Amino acid sequence: MAAHPPLRALAIGGSAGGLDALTQILPHLPARAPLAVFVVLHVRRQRPSILADIVASHCGMEVHEAEDKEPVRAGVVYVAPPDYHLLIADGPSIALSVDDAIHFSRPSIDALFETAAEQYGPALAGIVLSGANADGAAGLAAIERQGGRVFVQEPATAQAREMVEAAAAATRAATIAPPAALGPAIVALMTGTAA
Amino acid sequence: MAATASHDAEVDALLDTLFRVHHYDFRAYSRVSLRRRLAAAVERLGYADLAALHAHVARDGTVFNRLLGFLTVQVSEMFRDPHYFLALRESVVPLLSTYPSLRVWVAGCSSGEEAYSLAILLHEEGLLERTMIYATDINPVALEKAAAGIYPVEAMRAYTTNYQQAGGKASLSDYYTAAYDNAVMSRPMRERITFADHSLATDTVFAEVHLVSCRNVLIYFDAKLQAHALGLFADALCRRGFLGLGARESVRFTAGGDRFADFAREDRIFRKVA
Ligand SMILES: C[S@@+](CC[C@H](N)C(=O)[O-])C[C@H]1O[C@@H](n2cnc3c(N)ncnc32)[C@H](O)[C@@H]1O
Repeated sequence: MAAHPPLRALAIGGSAGGLDALTQILPHLPARAPLAVFVVLHVRRQRPSILADIVASHCGMEVHEAEDKEPVRAGVVYVAPPDYHLLIADGPSIALSVDDAIHFSRPSIDALFETAAEQYGPALAGIVLSGANADGAAGLAAIERQGGRVFVQEPATAQAREMVEAAAAATRAATIAPPAALGPAIVALMTGTAA
Repeated sequence: MAATASHDAEVDALLDTLFRVHHYDFRAYSRVSLRRRLAAAVERLGYADLAALHAHVARDGTVFNRLLGFLTVQVSEMFRDPHYFLALRESVVPLLSTYPSLRVWVAGCSSGEEAYSLAILLHEEGLLERTMIYATDINPVALEKAAAGIYPVEAMRAYTTNYQQAGGKASLSDYYTAAYDNAVMSRPMRERITFADHSLATDTVFAEVHLVSCRNVLIYFDAKLQAHALGLFADALCRRGFLGLGARESVRFTAGGDRFADFAREDRIFRKVA
């Protein structure tokens, strides 16, 4: 396998049961992690949206809801706002859209993964977590095609298996692991200690 | 969908054609979402690739009209993000009511839902009779729908919760008549709105206004076009006039954003500084 450049970004997507898995992964990332993290979780539209707060309480990194045109910085977790697609544009910077739902989902994991893969190529890792639809599978395959590292939550540990099974099937060499092992795997990639 | 340099050149070429032949300027739209919508158009309109679509659109107006439907995203709702409308009602209306006559500009009005929501709100606050609402967009199909003011009655029922959360004082059904599956907006609401073709990319300011509501339109522009549009709003607004944006939009990352100050921060309502 070709050598990977240092990880610059991590994109995580999940749906039903995804938040639970996410809160097991993020505590592993150090406050000054030298990478940007993008999170799409399918949740109900609400105001004020509390998803970023929940994520922040499990994470040493700075967390906030992504704003349109915001420049992407390392060390920050960007959470997709409910009812907007989160895309990564040149810069890299954040681009939001209210385009039609994809797989009945807005935000769409595929849209995030595909656009992040274009920006970061092999310097990106993607993780698909528990969920009850097929969003994220095409996106994870796109990350893999662009040379990025891909991870899928172990189906046996997922509250809903459809999403992780679809993602595993769509990729060639995804690492399949329980949430507790995914955090350390990312940290290993980040620090260059991965196999 | 590979973001290769050659692909970008193809997109540039297509956008140039749209501008030269059809006078629609998408050249400064946010590339990342534009590319996705072009890819969707190629697929759904049944072309082999972007070049094939390009060749056809250059000489066929009907193809252009269909492409326009893909390039301009027509997602709208009445009282979308109810808190925005509640904030207008509670914090902005008291200041607007000090003017003897009012002009409101809904920029990027799509099929009219936002403009009618504002008309209803202003009516309930006793201001509609002295208000003129200009609602503009570049999509002719959406503008036609907006002017007709006809929506599926099902959708109107779904908007009732939004309306109530936005501080609605009556019943949303007071503002339309149901005819079979359709809801027709009532005449007093329609009379105060002028729908018109106007592009934030290529047209200039047409009136002095007290409030601009431009929600989920600027997200489709790149930073430069966004700054240009903000400039138009600043020029159109009266001294200390108000600007309302979409729930996740701000003037923070845009050049010229300093001509506006936060007014209702959470609800994305800004006020012209001078
Ligand atoms: C997502 S819709 C928002 C509709 C409405 N403002 C709302 O929030 O419900 C975006 C609208 O912007 C319009 N638009 C796109 N480019 C424009 C331009 N250059 N000038 C004016 N309107 C534009 C589109 O046609 C579309 O109707």
